Amino acid sequence: MSLTLVQVIVSGLLLGAVYALFSSGLTLIWGMMNVVNFAHGEFVMLGMYSAVMVWTALGLGPFAAAPIAAMAIATLGVASYFLLVRHIMRGPMLAQILGTFGLALFLRYAAFWYFGANFKTLPDTLVGGSFSLLGIRFEGARVLAGVMGLAITLLLHVVLTRTAIGSRMLAVSEDATAAQLMGIRPQRMQALAWAMAGASTGIAGALIANFFYTSPTVGETLAIIAFVTVSFGGFGSVLGALVAGLIIGVVESLSAFYIGPVYKDVVVYVLFVLVLWFRPQGLMGKT
Amino acid sequence: MAKTTRRMTMTGAAALAAGLIRPAMAQDGAVKIGVIYPLSGNSATAGNYSKMALEVGADVVNNGNADLAKLIPLAKGGGLPGLKNAKIQLVFADNQGTPAAGQNQALRLITEEKVAALIGAYQSGVTLTASAIAERHGIPFVNGESVAANLTERGFKWFFRVTPVALDFARAYSDFLKVQKAAGRKTDNIALVHENTEYGNSVGSVIVDQFKKDGFAVGTKIAYSANSSDVQPQVLQLKEKNPDVLIFISYTSDAILYTKTMKELNWKPGIMIADNAGFNDPAFVKSLGSQVEGLINRSAFSAGKAGSVPDLFNKIYTKKTGGDELDDVSVRGLQAFMVLADALNRAGSTEPAKIQAALKATDLPASQMVAGYDGVKFDDKGQNVKAASVVTQMRGGKYVTIAPKERATAEVILPYKGW
Repeated sequence: MSLTLVQVIVSGLLLGAVYALFSSGLTLIWGMMNVVNFAHGEFVMLGMYSAVMVWTALGLGPFAAAPIAAMAIATLGVASYFLLVRHIMRGPMLAQILGTFGLALFLRYAAFWYFGANFKTLPDTLVGGSFSLLGIRFEGARVLAGVMGLAITLLLHVVLTRTAIGSRMLAVSEDATAAQLMGIRPQRMQALAWAMAGASTGIAGALIANFFYTSPTVGETLAIIAFVTVSFGGFGSVLGALVAGLIIGVVESLSAFYIGPVYKDVVVYVLFVLVLWFRPQGLMGKT
Repeated sequence: MAKTTRRMTMTGAAALAAGLIRPAMAQDGAVKIGVIYPLSGNSATAGNYSKMALEVGADVVNNGNADLAKLIPLAKGGGLPGLKNAKIQLVFADNQGTPAAGQNQALRLITEEKVAALIGAYQSGVTLTASAIAERHGIPFVNGESVAANLTERGFKWFFRVTPVALDFARAYSDFLKVQKAAGRKTDNIALVHENTEYGNSVGSVIVDQFKKDGFAVGTKIAYSANSSDVQPQVLQLKEKNPDVLIFISYTSDAILYTKTMKELNWKPGIMIADNAGFNDPAFVKSLGSQVEGLINRSAFSAGKAGSVPDLFNKIYTKKTGGDELDDVSVRGLQAFMVLADALNRAGSTEPAKIQAALKATDLPASQMVAGYDGVKFDDKGQNVKAASVVTQMRGGKYVTIAPKERATAEVILPYKGW
């Protein structure tokens, strides 16, 4: 195996872990309440701007920015739940879709108004630049984001499947009325899901901002990937998003390298359609 | 600036809703010019800077500027003397960077706002659709910055392009490489990386053809989509092929990703050329200029001597933007506006056919140019035959002019240094 091929695969895996990182929040919301958050890309975008603001105002890197972004976007998530989602959940499916879609537009254009249209970038020195290891190039910011991507998706998975609070959340998602009869407050659990999703999305944004550009429309570019990752992996499955993210990352890198960058999406979407053909619920989704 | 944008759109929408449809001459006697730019989307920076440049132009025509008045007849203030001193009112529309939105906005400006003429639309792909609407309605469309060759090859009667085109740039790059080859630099292995909409595809193929004629072979050609979330595979491909000369045709978001990724993967060519666009975006130059030291580029803007037209306009513009100078994109938009203002003034009417005739008769001298052209004069296809551009190089976070000799302010330094 040539060194270049190894580099392509390593790059793809790191990219995939990042995809998983910013998709986990989306799949969590779906799994908990059967709501697709179309404003997810905008949540990532605002997480990225948090990192930009932490850098410009305080001169601090991702280790300060990630927790701040996590808190900011978690707050935004909880606010979105109480002010918007809670109400539209009572309405028809279409109202839910248009509701979060409206939220997306609102956040995007609020960002245009507040931050301006200019692209922002963070200096690569914040995460130690890039380095070589056994002839393979690594970028500090990408490694950090990739590792955190793995850690956070696994953590979310453990919380949902191995803890009491996770069981309560899942109980609400399965049957809110029954859960209520058992003494669980559905609204509290759902708000918690939005907080957790917001926190992981905020961290994702803060870490991606270190090697990506930040602009009010960046959410559009990233949201499409998140939706593909989540439906590929199975709506509601955090672990599925991780596996799907890694597969998509590697397939994209390999096809862009060997077939050509304009065709990489074709390869990814053909694979996507095939998976949905044989497993409509996604790789690890529940039937 | 985005604030104004939104407000303008809101006002536009409100006016539509209320059914307040105005004729080309507003009640206060102002001439309406429709301006279509990407005010949101991935090229919003460029669009918003161009918008400010046009506002500077309109302000100079409407309210005057004492210094410019000595050099340009229309800068005396008080509007257009040939048109009963009508002031100019700019009606901005956001094309969102998509051909469909550009088309819709052109239609709205023509049928609802009743504009006398249109200016726009930055991206070649958007200009393509927006100008087709203007053509169908018989409304003059003046383009300042779209370079795809086919725009003036459609037999349109209402389309006028002020900017130099792809062939001019291709020749400039080729001439530059000839000089470098003669100086003993390696130019055998050339790679071209381009985004795959109208702009990248057409400029890319014009460069390949021109280079072939001049004996340079483009060995590697990589097309990619401008909204890519990742460009590592492309850079790895380049790293493997290791060309001597690398040419980018990219918009802003991808320019940022390529610059960052090349540094991450630690690869650079001996000569790196970027065809303007993303690599000229003030947001790019400000944040990543230091990472592309020695990059070769082209520009229509060269500030020139103190007291010259570009220098004076640049001062007004810098004050408006709060420090950002005119650049290649904004200056070409401004020049297009000045051409249209001149034509409106000579037409003495807002009747489309008269404006069209005046545009056809345009003959502006180099001394009145804000862009670095030899003047403005349109051929039968609507292309400005006196358009020209200079070759620049990134030095210490700023582009300086290195060719042609008579306009150069610095000597070229190679090889490409990068970061």
